[in-house]
Amino acid sequence: MQQILEILEQEGPVDPQEIATRLNRPLEEVQAVVQQAEQQGILLGYRALINWEKTDTEKVYAFISVEATPEHNRGFDAIADYISRFEEVHALYLMSGLSDLTVVVEGDDFREIARFVSEKLAPVPGVRSTATSFVLKTYKTEGKTISQEPTDQRLAVSP
Amino acid sequence: MAQESFISRTVASIPPSGIREFFDLVTTRDDVISLGVGEPDFATPWKICDAAIEALRRGVTSYTSNYGLLELREAIAEDISKRYALRYDPGSEILVTAGVSEGMDVAMRAILNSGDEVIVPEPCYVSYKPCVVLAGGRPVVVSTSADDDFRPQSSQVREVITARTKALLIGYPNNPTGAVLSRSALLQLAEIAEEHNLLVVADEIYGHLTYDGPHTCFASLPDMKPRTILLNGFSKAYAMTGWRVGYACGPAPIIEAMMRIHSYTALCSSVLAQVGAVEALHNCEAEMARMIAQYDQRRRLFIKGLNEIGLTCCQPQGTFYAFPSIKHTSLTSREFCRALLIEEGVATVPGDAFGQCGEGYIRCTYATGMDQLKEALSRMERFLSKLHRDQLSDDTRSAISVS
Repeated sequence: MQQILEILEQEGPVDPQEIATRLNRPLEEVQAVVQQAEQQGILLGYRALINWEKTDTEKVYAFISVEATPEHNRGFDAIADYISRFEEVHALYLMSGLSDLTVVVEGDDFREIARFVSEKLAPVPGVRSTATSFVLKTYKTEGKTISQEPTDQRLAVSP
Repeated sequence: MAQESFISRTVASIPPSGIREFFDLVTTRDDVISLGVGEPDFATPWKICDAAIEALRRGVTSYTSNYGLLELREAIAEDISKRYALRYDPGSEILVTAGVSEGMDVAMRAILNSGDEVIVPEPCYVSYKPCVVLAGGRPVVVSTSADDDFRPQSSQVREVITARTKALLIGYPNNPTGAVLSRSALLQLAEIAEEHNLLVVADEIYGHLTYDGPHTCFASLPDMKPRTILLNGFSKAYAMTGWRVGYACGPAPIIEAMMRIHSYTALCSSVLAQVGAVEALHNCEAEMARMIAQYDQRRRLFIKGLNEIGLTCCQPQGTFYAFPSIKHTSLTSREFCRALLIEEGVATVPGDAFGQCGEGYIRCTYATGMDQLKEALSRMERFLSKLHRDQLSDDTRSAISVS
C-alpha cells in the first residue's frame, strides 16, 4: 500500500497497469488498493502543482497563527472545523508550540487576506488572537524545489 | 614533425573509447533522450554536499594521508563488515582512490610483471583491458553469451589458464549487461583461483544496486580474502560520479604496494570528496535506498517495454543497465545506435564498445526519469517499425552506410 501511495503522491494519476509492472504486483491488487484508499479517505485526490509566481495570475498566501479557546471534550476540533469551511482557507493545522492553529489563507491580494482576517477569522467565537505572516516568495513546496538550475548536467554518452 | 611518433607504443596500441563518435552526433540535435550515460540521474544527496561545503568553510583543504582519511577508512571498514561480515583493517588494508578507475589502474600496476596474463570476462567496463595493457600485462578475454545470461562459465575460465595467468578480473553486477553472479557461480571461480593460485580483482562498484537479493562480495567467500583485491566506490550507489572517490581493500602488502604507486601519481584523493564519502557512509542509507527503489521500478517498466517492442532482453538483476539484442534487425550495434540517434533522437551505446561479444546488443541506461523512459520506448518502437517497413530517412540511411 505504502509504495503505491508514494507513486501516486509523487507522480499523480499513474495507470494501475504501470504501477503493477513497476512494483511487480498483480494488477488486481493495485486496483484494489487504490479503490480501498479512495473509499477510506486516504487518497484525497489528484492535483497539479503550479508555480503561480511564474504566471500573470496574482495569488497571495499567508500563514496565520491563531490562539483559540478549546472546548470541553472536543478540544480544537469544533473551531477548526468551523474555520476550515471558509473558502479562503487553503490549509489548516493544529500545532504544538506557541499558537494553537496555523491557518494558511489564499487570496488575490494582500487586502483581501487582511479583510478575511479582520472580518471573518478574528471574530470567530473562540478565536483569541491572530498573527498574520505573508508569503513573499516560494522556494520549495510540497517537496518540490523551485529552481531555475538545469537538473541534468550529465554528458549524453559516457561509459 | 610527426608528434605521434613520440607516443609510446603501448599507449598507441590502446584503442580510443568506442563511444567518442556519439558525442558529436548527439550535439547535432537538441531533443535527445539519452540512455547512453553510465551514471545516476539523481543529484548527490544534499547532506553529502553540505558536509563538503562545511568542510571547505572550515578550511579543510590540505593533503590527507596517502591511504586516505582514517575516518573514511574506518567508515569503509565498518560498512563492509556490516554488509558482508568481512573485516578489513582500516590502518593497512584499505586505500582510498579517485574512484574504481584509479583503483583498477593502481591494482594492475601493483601486481603485473611484463607479459603476465589477466583473465577478463567480456562484455565488461571499457577500462579493464587498457589498464592491464598499460601495466604491461596481457588481457585474456573470456566471451560470455546471452544464452548464459552473460555469466562466465567456469569451464571457459579453465580453458584459458596458462602458466602466465596471474589474475582474474571480474566486474559483477556487470556494466553493460546487468548480469549478477550467484554465490555458487562465484564459488566456482574461487575454486579455480585457489587451484591455480590466482589473484582475483573484483570491481563491485554496482554491489549496492542488486534487485533480487543481496550482493555476494567475492572477498567474503571462504579463503578468498587473502587473494582478492576488492574495488568499490561511491559513484553509483550515492550518485557521486563527479566526486571521484572510491577505495581498494585487500591484503596489507598489496594495498601497501598500491599505496606506493598512488602516493607518487595521485598523492591522495580529493579531501573534500573524502569528507563527502564519510557523510555518505554515516548518514545516507535512506537516500541510497530511495534511489535503488526507483531504479528497480524503472527496471521492471523498461525491460517489459523493451521486450514488448521486440528488443529481447533478459531481466538484469543489478546495475541500471539493460542490454537488449538487436540481432534480428540485421544492423550492427554501431549502425543501430547511429540510426536510432539520427532518426529518433535516442542515444544508446553499441554493445561492442564493451567487447567483441557485445556485438548484436546495445546498452541502455535506465537511470533516467520515468517519463523519459516511456518516451524513449515509444520512439524506439517507432524506429523499429520504420526500419521494418524500410522507411528510414535518407540522412539515417547514409549514416548507416558510412559506418
